Amino acid sequence: MTLAATAGHGFLSPTGVEIAFVLVGIATLGAAVITVTTRQLVHAALWLVVTLGGVAVAYLLLTAEFIAWVQVLIYVGSVVVLLLFGLMLTKAPIGRSPDADSGNRWAALAVALASAASLVWVVVDAFRATWINLDGPAQGSTEVSGRSLFQYWVLPFEALSVLLLAALVGAIVLSRKADGGKASVAALDNSASRAPAPREEQR
Amino acid sequence: MHLAYPAVLAVLLFCTGLYGVLARRNAILVLMSVELMLNAVNLNLVAFDVWLRDTLHAGQALTLFTIAIAAAEIGIGLAIVLLVYRNRGSSDIDRLRDLAEKTGEADAADGTPQPDTKAEATA
Repeated sequence: MTLAATAGHGFLSPTGVEIAFVLVGIATLGAAVITVTTRQLVHAALWLVVTLGGVAVAYLLLTAEFIAWVQVLIYVGSVVVLLLFGLMLTKAPIGRSPDADSGNRWAALAVALASAASLVWVVVDAFRATWINLDGPAQGSTEVSGRSLFQYWVLPFEALSVLLLAALVGAIVLSRKADGGKASVAALDNSASRAPAPREEQR
Repeated sequence: MHLAYPAVLAVLLFCTGLYGVLARRNAILVLMSVELMLNAVNLNLVAFDVWLRDTLHAGQALTLFTIAIAAAEIGIGLAIVLLVYRNRGSSDIDRLRDLAEKTGEADAADGTPQPDTKAEATA
């Protein structure tokens, strides 16, 4: 394991961006570990906010600012709110619940540690001399991202919008109360035209 | 910045999510762990995109697509969890054993032949 990498970029003389990234990474990883180990279900969702925010800061440090704000908007803004609504609607217990972990947590811990060890070994062995050049214009500014998205990625973008519509309709159909087959099919037809509103009230 | 830092952070986040998926009992906590794993993949995509200076910016475009698919997945997943909770009165994935093979000694109480009618009565 050589610490002196290429072109004078050693691990023992980190730059400011690297120090910031390591600190943010430690905070992110700690919040993630608390998310998967805490016994208070609502606290798990709130620690997930810290984790996702830490990942957004990591995107910013990697000069992908558009992705960072999309991450904040979608994950922190809507996904965590959806998870909190789900916890409330399933009557999750407030406070410590002793059966939050299932009985196979030690096998899960073994699997996770083994895969972490092997993957870290592979990744460090492969990329220990690779240097990301963060100088110059930002790689992920809104202009660059929008230009590439609407120049080269228009067709997947439109296909993704169809997928989002299908997911929306599917969520509506799943969360309706089952009151006969014909009624749900008829309701599907007129709920597709005013899609966002009933989805919010169903949650 | 060394590429090893974001790559190792992504690996550790992924394995944390893997532990959560395998060890959690509540279905919504399992969905949270899946979100952690998807975020690890996104971090890898962004890091490699910035490293390779791709002219198509494939990594960042795929990251945006992954975020949208994750939003769709969490919507459908929560709808399914709510439906299961409404029918069974529980969202613990350990107890949803109606499709398990009957081994004869353990799940005698759970393995009633008509689980839907019983669940409707309790819900």
